[in-house]
Amino acid sequence: MEGKIVTEDLNAYFGKVHAIKNINLSVPEKAITAIIGPSGCGKSTLIRCMNRMHEVVKGARVTGKVLLDGKDIYGKDCDPVQVRQKVGMVFQKPNPFPTMNIYDNVVAGLRLTGERDWKKLDEVVERSLKLAALWEEIKGSLSNSGVSISGGQQQRLCIARALAVEPEVLLLDEPCSALDPIATAKIEDLLFDLKDKFTIVIVTHNMQQAARIADFTAFLYLGEMIEFGVTKDIFENPENELTEKYITGRFG
Amino acid sequence: MTSYRMRKLKNKIASMIAFACVIIAIIPLASILIEVVSNGAPALTWRFISSTTLNGAGIGNAILGTLLLILYASAIGLPLGILTGIYISEYGNNRIGNAVRFFNDVMANFPSIVIGLLAYSLVVVSLGIGFSLIAGAFALAIIMIPIAASTTEEALKMVPNSLREASLALGVPRWKTVVKVMLSNGRAGVVTGALLSVARVAGETAPLIPTTLFNNFWSTSPTQETASLPQLIFRYSMGYSQLRVDEATQQAWGAALVLIIIVLSLNIIVRLLTVRRFGSKKGERKTWKERLSLRT
Repeated sequence: MEGKIVTEDLNAYFGKVHAIKNINLSVPEKAITAIIGPSGCGKSTLIRCMNRMHEVVKGARVTGKVLLDGKDIYGKDCDPVQVRQKVGMVFQKPNPFPTMNIYDNVVAGLRLTGERDWKKLDEVVERSLKLAALWEEIKGSLSNSGVSISGGQQQRLCIARALAVEPEVLLLDEPCSALDPIATAKIEDLLFDLKDKFTIVIVTHNMQQAARIADFTAFLYLGEMIEFGVTKDIFENPENELTEKYITGRFG
Repeated sequence: MTSYRMRKLKNKIASMIAFACVIIAIIPLASILIEVVSNGAPALTWRFISSTTLNGAGIGNAILGTLLLILYASAIGLPLGILTGIYISEYGNNRIGNAVRFFNDVMANFPSIVIGLLAYSLVVVSLGIGFSLIAGAFALAIIMIPIAASTTEEALKMVPNSLREASLALGVPRWKTVVKVMLSNGRAGVVTGALLSVARVAGETAPLIPTTLFNNFWSTSPTQETASLPQLIFRYSMGYSQLRVDEATQQAWGAALVLIIIVLSLNIIVRLLTVRRFGSKKGERKTWKERLSLRT
């Protein structure tokens, strides 16, 4: 199976700490892949390697390959800025830009890379907010501050902002961990709708969430990938004893 | 019971000592302000502000000189200082950054008369410009750089890292992230730092003595000698003027009041101009009154 994103012997370090060990993972295109595992097992680090956000932290480095459509994003002629335009990211805590209004937040990625055509930006705002299932709620208040809306709306605004750049892959780092169950359900519905158009990788603490929305699931433990497969198999018939212990709640 | 009383007593004594210290610290500040206003206000007439120091008529040329010194010094010093601050905050996680940070701290504690002498030897003598406005502005700019740099660094460090990551993850290049996200969120701090450095140099006297000399006429030329308020206050209170001693003292108080008013109004103007604003789309801009109410 040739995936949209393929990691080959991927290792990631923070200084001397070896956070990710020899990961070989193939993320299928236009599907939701969940990454589960106990805290500190390297889930976030793994997806941050997929859009070169890992190296933003001081002392961080990566060895191995990450292939996006077969091309190594850590290759010599590969620009991290271009990688990040193709591989969008949504973070754990909603982080809209507080100095911008909702409209500007959505098109921040385009405007900051030089797009000036207001007509096009208007279209992008409407399309992105509709994709993020937020348009109906806030179409009348686009000039309000990006931080004036609720936490769940802020997180969907961040998703809209990531989608506005028209990425091919969307990485989500525990996007619901700061949200209540209703806001979480909205985001899950949204991700379910988005998977026809985008390849989605979601890191989650919440195993029920992985079971509900993911097509494929990877289980990480202490920086190593223990098991990867179709979500149903991982949850109902895990091959590895560790996986079984984790998903049945005996540790983690 | 006794120990409880003792504790209460100690607590009371401690808070009284702290309060007494506050009063002691405020006394000089309040007395300066009261003295300056009560002695300086009677001198403030239109003629005093609008005439030159020639024949001891007024202080207009010194006000102009100080404003020009601030303008030129800011034009040289603020961009250098702010860009240095951006460098050490955003790109300075390496040896060069640490070295720059160290020298910046050293420079901030340099005696200002030494900087005046540097400007003297560099601009006045070596470049052959002579005693001039630009030599004084150069000295003031050097004093501004470390202040502006360290306050800019602090302001950028206060911006949450999550915003930097949000911008980078959108595929926004590094420098655009710095300018449009970091600077725009840390703007209040950067502006405060810039103002601090302006306020600091507006009253500097020592570095002007070996650089600008004095001038009794209106002068806007950067290569001419120039008058300035701090120099005027210094000269008049030392008796270097054609005026009677009591007149000279009176005028020095007036000049001090004007200097304080200039610094204060600069503060207010810049704060009003940089109030945080939302949005950029035409027709969606807020009026400045709305913006003020959004500031909290």
